Amino acid sequence: MVVLEVSPISTEELWSSVSDHWVLGHPPDQGLSLLSAQFGRAVNVRDALNQAMDEELERDERVFLLGEEVAQYDGAYKVSRGLWKKYGDKRIIDTPITEMGFAGIAVGAAFAGLRPICEFMTWNFSMQAIDQVINSAAKTYYMSAGAQPVPIVFRGPNGSSAGVAAQHSQCFAAWYGHCPGLKVVSPWNSEDARGLLKAAIRDDNPVVFLENELMYGVPFDLSEDVLQKDFVVPIGKAKVERRGTHITLVSHSRCVGFCLDAASVLAKEGVECEVVNLRTIRPLDVDTIEASVMKTGHLVTVEGGWPQYGVGAEICARVMEGPAFNYLDAPAVRVTGVDIPMPYAKILEDHSVPQIKDIIFSVKKVLNM
Amino acid sequence: FSWTCLFYTTHFYHTLLNKPEMQYEMETSSSNLSAVLTREQGLQYYRTMQTMRRMELKADQLYKQKIIRGFCHLYDGQEACAMGIEAGINPTDHLITAYRAHGYTFTRGVSVREIMAELTGRRGGVAKGKGGSMHMYAKHFYGGNGIVGAQVPLGAGVALACQYQGNNQVCVALYGDGAANQGQIFESFNMAALWKLPCIFICENNKFGMGTSVERSSASTDYFKRGDYIPGIKVDGMDVLCVREAIKFAADYCRAGKGPIVMELETYRYHGHSMSDPGVSYRSREEIQEVRSKSDPITMLKERMLSNNMASVEEIKEIDVDIRKVIEDAAQFAISDPEPPLDELCNHIFANDLPMEVRGTNPWVKLKSVS
Repeated sequence: MVVLEVSPISTEELWSSVSDHWVLGHPPDQGLSLLSAQFGRAVNVRDALNQAMDEELERDERVFLLGEEVAQYDGAYKVSRGLWKKYGDKRIIDTPITEMGFAGIAVGAAFAGLRPICEFMTWNFSMQAIDQVINSAAKTYYMSAGAQPVPIVFRGPNGSSAGVAAQHSQCFAAWYGHCPGLKVVSPWNSEDARGLLKAAIRDDNPVVFLENELMYGVPFDLSEDVLQKDFVVPIGKAKVERRGTHITLVSHSRCVGFCLDAASVLAKEGVECEVVNLRTIRPLDVDTIEASVMKTGHLVTVEGGWPQYGVGAEICARVMEGPAFNYLDAPAVRVTGVDIPMPYAKILEDHSVPQIKDIIFSVKKVLNM
Repeated sequence: FSWTCLFYTTHFYHTLLNKPEMQYEMETSSSNLSAVLTREQGLQYYRTMQTMRRMELKADQLYKQKIIRGFCHLYDGQEACAMGIEAGINPTDHLITAYRAHGYTFTRGVSVREIMAELTGRRGGVAKGKGGSMHMYAKHFYGGNGIVGAQVPLGAGVALACQYQGNNQVCVALYGDGAANQGQIFESFNMAALWKLPCIFICENNKFGMGTSVERSSASTDYFKRGDYIPGIKVDGMDVLCVREAIKFAADYCRAGKGPIVMELETYRYHGHSMSDPGVSYRSREEIQEVRSKSDPITMLKERMLSNNMASVEEIKEIDVDIRKVIEDAAQFAISDPEPPLDELCNHIFANDLPMEVRGTNPWVKLKSVS
C-alpha cells in the first residue's frame, strides 16, 4: 500500500484551527450567533438553514416541512429547531419512519399546489424512497409535456460523518446528479446553505439539497447583504472561493474547506491554487470550471464520494469534451473517497476519506513537483 | 416451581371453504398459560440479563468518555426480550434485528469482549472493527441493521431458506414500534403468509420511535394485530418467562408448517433512542423511574427467585461480582486492543474472489483487496 508522507504539515495541525463540530453522537450546539461589527454576524450552517426555512415559511403559505422528528423533537440534527413552535402542526409535520410513503405524499402535495420541503434524516434513507424522487418527482414535468411541475425540495445530510459506519456514510451527489429533471445542490458554507435553500424552495422544480452533518456546527461570517430576506444564491452557478494561477481545484460541500486549507499550505511553497466551489451538482457550471482550467492549465477535482462514475469523473469528461482540454498541461486528476464501504474503526475511516494531504499530494503530482 | 403468565391471543379470519363468500371473524381472547422455571434456568437467565445490562451501562460510560463513537443504541430495560427469545429457540434457529442489537449479539453467542472491542473499533471486535455498533454478526445471527425495517424482509428470506432446505429451523425477525409502519414489513407479511414461511415477526414495542410516541406514529398501536391475516400474540416483554413461553409456542407453530406468526413484546428502554438523545424531551423522568421501580425485568426475576427460595441473596451477589469482573475485563480489552491494521482497509469487498486492486483517495494510491 502506498503511504502518503509528503505533506509538510500534519492534518491534525490544520484541523486544529477549524472549529470543533458537533456531530451525531454529541449533544447539538446551542446555535452560535456572535456579533461581528464588520461582517454582519457569524452564523453556523445549521442556523443558516434554519433561518432560510423560517423566512421562506413566512413568505409563502404553501411551503411546509415534513420528515422524521422535524417538529416536536426540533429536528434530529436540530436544523428545524423552533419551527414547529412557531408554525404548528399544519406547516411542520412529524412523519412515521416510512420514507417511501412520506416522500410520495410530499410529491403528491407538490402536484396539487403546495411547496413541500421533504427532509430525509440522512440521504442514506432516501434509498427507501428513491423511486418517488426520480420517477414521481424528477420526470413528471417532462412526461406531462410541461403540464405538471413539481416544486419540491428534498433535503438532509449527505456523505460521511464520524463513526457512523457503512450504511450511514454514503454520498449521493453522483446518484442524483445523474438524473435529468432534478436539480442537485451541495452547499459548503453558511452563505451557500442560506442562499441555495432559499433558491431551492423558490424554484418550481424538484431540488435535491445535500447538506453535510459535519458542517452544521461550523460558523461563517455573513454580511448584511446575505442576511437580507430575499438573498438567494442562484442554482447552477459555481463560485470561485480563492483565485490562483497554477492549478484549479474543483470541489463541493465539506471538501471545499479542505481545498482552501490545502491551498494555504501550498501557497507557502509558491503554488497558487484556484478553488472552485461547485455549489450545484446539476446543472453543472461547466463555464466557470472551463474558464478556470483555461487560465491555470491544471485540474484536480475533490469529492467525498466514491470515484467510479462520480462527480469528479463527470467534470473530467466535460473538460475533455470542451475547449478547456487544449489548455491542460497535464491530465486532470480526481481526489475521492476510497472505493470501499465506509469502515467503522477510526483509523480505517480516516484513511477512507480524502484528507488535505491527499489534495496537496495530488497537486504536486499534477504540477510535476 | 411454576409461574403463571398472561397472554393475549388474536385469531383471525375463518374461511369457510364451502361457502361462496369468505367470512371474517375477529376474536380476541386472553389465555393463561403456566410456565415452569427451574433453578438452573433462573440463574442462567439472571446471569445473562445482568451481563447485558452491565455491558450496556459500560458502553454508556465509554461513549461519554469518547472511546466509543458514532452510533450507540442501548438496550437496557429490554433484556427480557432477548433472553426470553433465546431461551425459547434453538441455537440452530436464526435471528435478525435492527440497530439496538448489542443484547442479541450477546445472546446469540458473541462474547462481551468481542462486542465491546467492536464498539471501540479495534481489531479484536467481532467485525474486526469495520462494522461498529450496528453491524455485528454471528452464526445464525444476521445483525445488527442500520436501515429501519430493512431487516424484516431479510428475516423472511432467511425463513424461506429454512423452508427450502427443509431443516426445521425458524427465523425470528425483530423490529420496533417505529419500524412497524414500514411498507416492506407488510410486503414481508404477505409473502410469508402466502408461502407459509417459518418466520416469527416480533415487534419490540418500547413505546417510542426515536422521539415519536406510538400514538403519534401509528394509526393502530395494536402491533400484534398488524399482521391482519397472520395470527398475533401480545406479550409482556418485561417478563422473561412470558417471552420464553410465547416464543416456544410460536416456534412450534412455525415448525409445524402453519406459516408465520406476529408477536408484540411490550417493553421499555431506559436510555434515549441513542447516546445523542437524552431521552427526556419526549417522556418524563418520572415515567422512566416508574418502569425501573415497578417493571424492571432483572429485578422481577431476582425477586421471584428469592421469594421462592430458588436462590440466596449471597448467590445473586456472587453472580453480580463475577459479571462485574467480566465487564471490566472486556472493557480493558476493548480499550487496549489495537485498532485494525491499515492493510485490512480494502479487504472483504467480494467473497471467494481473486485479490484485486482498489483505488485509494487519488490515482497514485493503489490499495490491495483480498476476500
